[in-house]
Amino acid sequence: MYLTQFLVLSAALFCIGVYGVLARRNAVLVLMSIELILNAVNINLVAMGAFNGTVAGEVFALFVIAVAAAEVGIGLAIVLLIYRNRRSIDLHEVDLLKG
Amino acid sequence: MTSALASLFAVESGTAIYQTSGWFLENVWLVPFIPAMSFLIILFFGKKLPNGGAPIGIAMVGVAFVLSVLTAGQWISQVNYADSHKSEAAHCESLEYDKSKVSHGDDHSGDDHGGADDHGDDDHSDDDHGDDDHGDESGLGLYEGEQALAPVFAVEAGDGNGGAPCPVIKSYTWWSSGGHDITVGTMVDGLTVTLLVVVTLVSLLVNIYSTDYVAGDRRYTHFFAFLSLFTAAMLFYVVSESVIQMIVGWELVGVCSFTLIGHWWEDQDNSDAALKAFLTNRVGDIGLLIGMIMLFFAAGQTSSVFQINAAATAGAIPQTTLLIASLCLLAAVMSKSGQFILHTWLPDAMAGPTPVSALIHAATMVVAGIYMIARLYGVFFNGLSIGGSSINALALIGAVTCLFGAMLAFVQDDIKKVLAYSTISQLGYMALALGVGAWTAAIFHLMTHAFFKACLFLGAGSVAHSVHSFDMKKDMGGMRKFMPHTYRTFLIGSLALMGLPPLAGFWSKDEILAGTGGWGVAGGTGGNGAYTFALVMGIMAAMMTAAYMTRVIYLTFFGEFRHVPHGDDHAPSAHADADLDHAGAASPAAHGDGHEDHAAHDPHESGPRIVIPLYILAFLAIVSGFLNFPKGFQLVPKGLQTRFEHFVEPRAAAEYFPSISHAAPSWTLAIAATGLVLLGAGLSWFYYFRLVPNQELAHDATPEMIARSRTELVNGPTSKIGALKGGHTALVNKYYLDHIYDKGEPVETSGAGIMASLYGLAAGLGLGITLDNGLDLSLNTALISGVGAGVTVFAIVFAALKSGTGIASFTKGLLAEAADWSNKHLLDGVVDNVGKGAVRAADVVYKIDQGVVDGAVNAAGRASSGAGGGLRRLQTGKVQQYATYMFAAAAVLAGILIVFN
Repeated sequence: MYLTQFLVLSAALFCIGVYGVLARRNAVLVLMSIELILNAVNINLVAMGAFNGTVAGEVFALFVIAVAAAEVGIGLAIVLLIYRNRRSIDLHEVDLLKG
Repeated sequence: MTSALASLFAVESGTAIYQTSGWFLENVWLVPFIPAMSFLIILFFGKKLPNGGAPIGIAMVGVAFVLSVLTAGQWISQVNYADSHKSEAAHCESLEYDKSKVSHGDDHSGDDHGGADDHGDDDHSDDDHGDDDHGDESGLGLYEGEQALAPVFAVEAGDGNGGAPCPVIKSYTWWSSGGHDITVGTMVDGLTVTLLVVVTLVSLLVNIYSTDYVAGDRRYTHFFAFLSLFTAAMLFYVVSESVIQMIVGWELVGVCSFTLIGHWWEDQDNSDAALKAFLTNRVGDIGLLIGMIMLFFAAGQTSSVFQINAAATAGAIPQTTLLIASLCLLAAVMSKSGQFILHTWLPDAMAGPTPVSALIHAATMVVAGIYMIARLYGVFFNGLSIGGSSINALALIGAVTCLFGAMLAFVQDDIKKVLAYSTISQLGYMALALGVGAWTAAIFHLMTHAFFKACLFLGAGSVAHSVHSFDMKKDMGGMRKFMPHTYRTFLIGSLALMGLPPLAGFWSKDEILAGTGGWGVAGGTGGNGAYTFALVMGIMAAMMTAAYMTRVIYLTFFGEFRHVPHGDDHAPSAHADADLDHAGAASPAAHGDGHEDHAAHDPHESGPRIVIPLYILAFLAIVSGFLNFPKGFQLVPKGLQTRFEHFVEPRAAAEYFPSISHAAPSWTLAIAATGLVLLGAGLSWFYYFRLVPNQELAHDATPEMIARSRTELVNGPTSKIGALKGGHTALVNKYYLDHIYDKGEPVETSGAGIMASLYGLAAGLGLGITLDNGLDLSLNTALISGVGAGVTVFAIVFAALKSGTGIASFTKGLLAEAADWSNKHLLDGVVDNVGKGAVRAADVVYKIDQGVVDGAVNAAGRASSGAGGGLRRLQTGKVQQYATYMFAAAAVLAGILIVFN
């Protein structure tokens, strides 16, 4: 097993996540893409931790998972409220802060 | 507060003795305050009150009178206390004065602010002094000023000055500015209480008198309101603690005189007279302001009368400063107190109702100027070098005024105008007395004159009330039969004015004459220098006074009643005043009717409300002279001599009054002066009582013509004898002063020569006196010779212009023309050019303002607006676009990190 394989997987996941965040119009899918980015980070953390022989990576990963759970909770709640108000979760239509 | 003070000053210990001052002395602010309240009540509610509010005025002024008398009583005990502690040397001391020398820091004024704010209106809102709402009583016993300015007898061992009664001073910070305080408050000493009593007493009597005299007038309520305000203003002025307060009182008095002289303003003459009085006074007010400001700064930025006097007396102010300041103040005195050459408003002011003339123009307002000199005597005494000099501007002006005023009184047909010129003459006496250092004599004469002149004015008013005219020649004569009470009181007043013993005028006039110190030949010496010219002119004026008063008495009370029954030749001004009880009856036609009615029956004696004040004043005109028997007068016990001087004159040890020396009275002088007075009266008597009745009465048919020839008979000798006619013309034209001041009537040709020679004579007199003074070229004499030379030049130029051109238009108001020309060409030129320059400068500034200043501001605005417009497009509101920027930026940063690591 080489570290490189994990890093490549992680980079691939990150790129997919970034693409999802920037390109998808569905708010739920954007949230899911954010999860992908976070998980790419987690893979990096765990892999590097194992590579260096410490548990610090796993511990950080656990924190990230906890924060991600909270973030999704809030994010989904916001999405739900947006939907209730506007009957749509298309992010292109949510541009109330347009200058 | 009082008890706190009492405990503070009642302490008597071995080293220091503190005098308890009385309640009335400390709360003297009530005296002006009560008439001021009366003014407000009458003004606002008078029409709803019984008798138009007049009883309110009488009652309130009466209360003020009682308070004044009580104040005077406490002052007397104050003086007695000082006498009983003569063994210790005492001097009046104002702690604040010392403090200001020691520390004049900012914290002090800060404290004052705090004090004023803390003890503000809630505690003492009703304590303000009537006219100034800013007079904040911050004195709660804690405030340092309270303690500071209360009278203190600080006794020092072995100074040997004797006990001096100190003025009772209450001072409060009016406002603070630039670290020094402008104070307001009361200062009571002998001078103050004298004026308080005189003003309130005369005002009270005038108020009572007026209820009858102006009964039925259309502005009855208004009249009484302003009588009250006038009284309040004068009292406020009299109790002034600071010079700023004096200015306020001074101006208030002026305003009241304006409203009261112009009481019947529907008549153009009255309105003009009021304006003339006001404007003439403004001329002097400039001097007043400048003088007071100079004193304020010269005395170390203090407005306190006490401290200014103390500084001037102690020599802390340079003599030149004092001279200039006192000359400026003298200008104010000349206008207010009717001194020659600014006296011209005073006779015109007779257009006001007669009680007003009595109150304002005999007893109170015109003495405001005299009072100011007396109040600031430290300044005048040192500024004009009164002590030990033989000439000064004040004495000269006073002497000239008393002589020239008396001369003018001869040619007046209007009884009130005679009295007006007599007032001018007597004010000249007072100024003369102050000018020669006879301070007490001046104040004493002020008091006696107030009584007998008020008596004369009210008597004249009583006569006019009966015959509806003031013209002695046309409408009076023989009034003795109709009005016995008025006749008696008027006679007493006249004798007092002439100065015949033992009436009041004799004592005060004699004291002034003795005070000139010019009686070196026969025992009476002393005083402050030998003012021989003042003595000579004073005696001449006394002679003339006797003569013209004899003339008045004859014309009014003796001879035949000269009123023309159906005459339509009354000048409107002559009966405007006297017709007042018809004035309320509206239409001008009513005037005529009123006359018809009155012509139908004989004149009658006035009612009790007029006669009783006359008797009171006549009584005072007899006895008030007894207050100040001369020192060493053998006929009365020593305890009765110089009582007035003892209680009224501040002593030099009190530190705010110069040490003046008193002239020794002289029997020979008194007898000689009385003899000359009798001579003057006798000559006049001989002419009027002997020669006039023996003249042939023209036998004309109509009663009207008989009356007219009677009127002509009583013309004086000067108007009949050719050689004297010139003098008569000059006097009728009032020395042509009005011609110079204003565009009046053109002077007739003969008048021009008379006028030129008159002024030449005056100039020569001035120069002669200067030369007589031995060319002692001090600033004092240099000034007088300068004025003399100026008048000479003026007279020569005037005479040359007159004789050379003979153009009638030029005779109209030379001074007015000159002022007009210089105004048009000099002042206006300067003003025009300044204005044009200012417009040009403003153009430049405008362009700079528009181009540069506004340009910069606009550019900044446009820049931020454009930047905002540009940046606005970045903010699309699309979350994913923001995320793109973020990731792009992160990528760029990451790239930078990689490259530079």
